[in-house]
Amino acid sequence: MNTEKINEKIENEVSKFLPSKNQRQEGSYAVCECHQEIPCNPCVTSCPTGAITQETINSTPDIDFDQCVGCRECVTACPGLACFVIDETYSETQALLHIPYEFLPLPEEGDIVQGLDRKGNEVTEVEVKRVDDRETLNGSNVVTLITPKEKVHQIRNIKLLGGKRG
Amino acid sequence: MLTTEIAVIGGGPAGMNSSLAAAEQGAEVTLLDRNWELGGQLVKQTHKFFGSENQYAGERGIDIAKILAEKVQTNNRISVRNNSDVLGIYHDGVLTFKQGDKYKKLSSRQTIVATGAAEKFLPFINNDLPGVYGAGAVQTLMNQQGVLPGKRVLIIGGGNIGLIVAYQLLQAGVSVEAIIEALPQVGGYQVHKEKIERMGVPILTSHTIKKAYGEESVEGAIIGKINPSWEIIEGTERDLEVDVICLAVGLSPLVDLLYPLGVELTYVPNLGGFVPKRNEYLETTISGYFVAGDCSGVEEASSAMMEGKIAGLSAANGISYSKKFKEKVKESKEELKKLRAGEVAREVRAGLKEVSISK
Repeated sequence: MNTEKINEKIENEVSKFLPSKNQRQEGSYAVCECHQEIPCNPCVTSCPTGAITQETINSTPDIDFDQCVGCRECVTACPGLACFVIDETYSETQALLHIPYEFLPLPEEGDIVQGLDRKGNEVTEVEVKRVDDRETLNGSNVVTLITPKEKVHQIRNIKLLGGKRG
Repeated sequence: MLTTEIAVIGGGPAGMNSSLAAAEQGAEVTLLDRNWELGGQLVKQTHKFFGSENQYAGERGIDIAKILAEKVQTNNRISVRNNSDVLGIYHDGVLTFKQGDKYKKLSSRQTIVATGAAEKFLPFINNDLPGVYGAGAVQTLMNQQGVLPGKRVLIIGGGNIGLIVAYQLLQAGVSVEAIIEALPQVGGYQVHKEKIERMGVPILTSHTIKKAYGEESVEGAIIGKINPSWEIIEGTERDLEVDVICLAVGLSPLVDLLYPLGVELTYVPNLGGFVPKRNEYLETTISGYFVAGDCSGVEEASSAMMEGKIAGLSAANGISYSKKFKEKVKESKEELKKLRAGEVAREVRAGLKEVSISK
């Protein structure tokens, strides 16, 4: 399968969990890749705007994208590291992707790192825009990546280049 | 002989919560734990926990251990005895334990057994070679003692423990060559699985280990794909060069103290093995003996904490520390019911039906 087809497939699979096209043009939003019913609710309790809700503690989270401001609280709160924040309005061709990252060494701002997909396959090299490692995050650091727009739904992890472990 | 109102055996999430709940009701508690520090298995769990705020969701296991231990140690109704192995419980309400090199006796009015579970082993050729570890041992070495178990690891078992240990090994810079699981799908949470997958670790379902090999210690493993009769399919055998084989093939409840006491036990595979029959207040078939946590059926730490509360409240209630008992126990029972309400707890729910008795 060529890259275009792969992207199309991913877009089709993830699109049902994404906001509408219009909402995606309005700025940052969260995605919770949590599709199995497990007893867990920190994404809901951490959300400052009440955008993330669930019927019972075993239900998968629902996001009201009109309420979601893309604040990244869920990214650091989720014990399953399943929440990500995406901003597709970053530039004409690039998007921002905020991922939880619990490995050392941390990348540094400006580093070029290898973007990996959900199976750990290499996607493309991406630039690290920001590393949020405040102590209050309790080890769930947030790495912000500048990705090609069409790869933002594909990349979910990074590997550090230059001999450092990802 | 020492005396106490309520003896709690085991200082993990269930035992600590039992002690706290009973002490808050006004009872005097003695908590006996075999380790040098409280926390049970929590002290090796560096990942963040699921559940709700009532079970410290979002906190790491190691931090939950500290929070609970601090509460226990600063509660003046609870006396903690570390390094204390309980050896037997007798019918007259006396239990014996070995603290350091001294044998001691403790007489209690009520007793809560919260001894946890032990890891299961797996038969395969050369499984006695150094380098074959239980997942708990890998965690103890790595997360408690700061010692790496090896360089290249094969993990056997795709339940939550196997997946979590794989993640912790990766965090420690160890290469995880593969996780193999005999069932056609992994049993652990999807989110744990995805965390491992995006690190590029192969998760091989319908696979088993045939043998380990090595001169003095593990140098590799032969694995293969299995058919529905659990036989290795010819031609699928593979040689993995690893120096550690980590077994995460399930837990069985530690009920050894309950057997000689005469508590009625029943074999429930969904709960991990032989488990005590008990009523809704977690009292066993022998009055005054309660159970909580993995020793009463293997589940998550979040459930163990809620069971601990129920057992602690009930044991206290049995000796007339009954302040708001009905209200409090109802709250904990409802919380526990919610935790067990989902699809992932289906087998646990089926198992619990087999051990519940009315009273």
